[in-house]
Amino acid sequence: MESHVSHRERLWLYIFVGLVIFYLVAPALVVIPVSFSSTTALTFPPPGLSLRWYEAFFGQEKWIGSLWVSLRVALCTMVVTTVLGTAASYALHQSNLPLTTTIRAILISPLAVPTILISVGIFFVYAAVGGFLNTLYGLVLGHTVVAMPFVMLTMSAGFNSYDMSQEMVARSLGASRFKAFMTVTLPQLKFSVATAMLLSFLVSFDELIISMMVASGPVSTLSRVTFSTLRDDVDPTLAAVSTLMLIVTSVPPLILHIWSTRAKRKER
Amino acid sequence: MAETMPGTETHPIGLDQLERNRKALRRDTRAESWMRFRLTLPALLVIGVLMVAPICVLLSMSVVGQDGNLSLENYALFFGEPVYVQMFINTFVISIVVTAICLILGYPVAYLLAILPARWSGLLMLAVLVPFWTSGLVRTFSWLIILQRNGIVNKSLIWFGIIERPIALVYNMTGVIIGMVHIMVPFLILPLYASMKAIDGNLMRAAANLGSSPVHAFFRVFLPLSMPGLVAGTIMVFVMCLGFYITPSILGGGKIKMIAQRIQESIPLYPTWGPAAALAVLLLLMTAVCLFVSMKLVRRLSSGM
Repeated sequence: MESHVSHRERLWLYIFVGLVIFYLVAPALVVIPVSFSSTTALTFPPPGLSLRWYEAFFGQEKWIGSLWVSLRVALCTMVVTTVLGTAASYALHQSNLPLTTTIRAILISPLAVPTILISVGIFFVYAAVGGFLNTLYGLVLGHTVVAMPFVMLTMSAGFNSYDMSQEMVARSLGASRFKAFMTVTLPQLKFSVATAMLLSFLVSFDELIISMMVASGPVSTLSRVTFSTLRDDVDPTLAAVSTLMLIVTSVPPLILHIWSTRAKRKER
Repeated sequence: MAETMPGTETHPIGLDQLERNRKALRRDTRAESWMRFRLTLPALLVIGVLMVAPICVLLSMSVVGQDGNLSLENYALFFGEPVYVQMFINTFVISIVVTAICLILGYPVAYLLAILPARWSGLLMLAVLVPFWTSGLVRTFSWLIILQRNGIVNKSLIWFGIIERPIALVYNMTGVIIGMVHIMVPFLILPLYASMKAIDGNLMRAAANLGSSPVHAFFRVFLPLSMPGLVAGTIMVFVMCLGFYITPSILGGGKIKMIAQRIQESIPLYPTWGPAAALAVLLLLMTAVCLFVSMKLVRRLSSGM
């Protein structure tokens, strides 16, 4: 949408938005220089440079162990949520079931319910059933609940922009439903699937509240250990952790963004 | 239908065959529906067992007293204790202030995103999305560094001569609000941008053409048209603020307590699930009411056009 107001008349708007963007972007980057600091104090800018906080991170079992837990849980959550969510949104797409709207609403509802309530509920179930507290699969199932809406929304959007009759053609030519889905539909939805996988991975990797409720000790996630360190004894190791988290959570979306825009340009 | 079917009586298949075909088709449709339903079952099972069912159980537990009989004592517990009253005040004051600041900061950004040419708006969008992707923990830690006693903000303010000695920016209400606004602003910008993008630019040009000043056209044409996104985004931010946990726990330094922290603390604090369940119900109720009002308002605003 073009406007009839000149740039000069809108200068105040540019300045204001520039300041807001500075407020949004700059703080997250502060942790990077601090992580290379040579002192124990959290001063910005750091007085000298060193790698000691990265050595501290990679030298301590509590950090390495929890990083490993987080990565495993996030990868499992990604696979479970993407498979279940894709199956569900495939089924709900073009469905004429009377319950379609209700089922979709239930599967997206974890987005609207405060995470603290979901985590209390999960803890309640695990405490009653037994065998799920302090386990990796307990964490994976818990994270699946909060990651599901993201997969549902992404995959539903993907199915909506896809012409289902292609799969019908494959099936009428003799392919089974599963084979038609895997060889005809799925390859064309690869960006939606990649986005769904990425989002479910990130939701799990970042998740804190459910992780705090249902798992501790050797199955503490990185976010949990970061949170308790942040609350109890702050030191620049946290800056090294934060920098690593920044890389894990911002590089994959960037790659996906570039990949999908390139592919879209090629299609044109 | 029956009369228009060509030669039903003389057709070689006969009536009963047609009936059988129709039945087979119906059976096929039913099988298809059932297959579709089965495919949603695993996902439904996870959400149902881990979220819907326990929340329903907690709803019922909130009205059971210590002695096992029906009572509202769990709710009465909160309204008598000053600690809990303070917590409710904190929760509402913080949520309202954060939402208001987000509105002031977010609206101009969404507006610029909607009117800039694609190349620039793409770049601006990236600047909104990067913090959106960044972990809330990382950003909360960053604020701890920036806002601390001898942090960069205090140093700058002293250097500019605005203050004489460091002021407390963190481990209090100020810190919580600064950190929460930072996390919430993108959640306001994104729905607002979506609804602004859908506004027909010709309407603004028409307003100008008919002699309206840019400011007048903005308030009479653009602002009302952006209302659905504005209401949806504002209420979403408010609801998310109500149940927020990370930022108040860290930047509040244990002094500023909101409802989410109290829910977590009250689980080990009381012998029964009752008090925690009652707090959970109150949070759920506030969330549900807000979302319901939002839905109604957005529908009315969009249909009014």
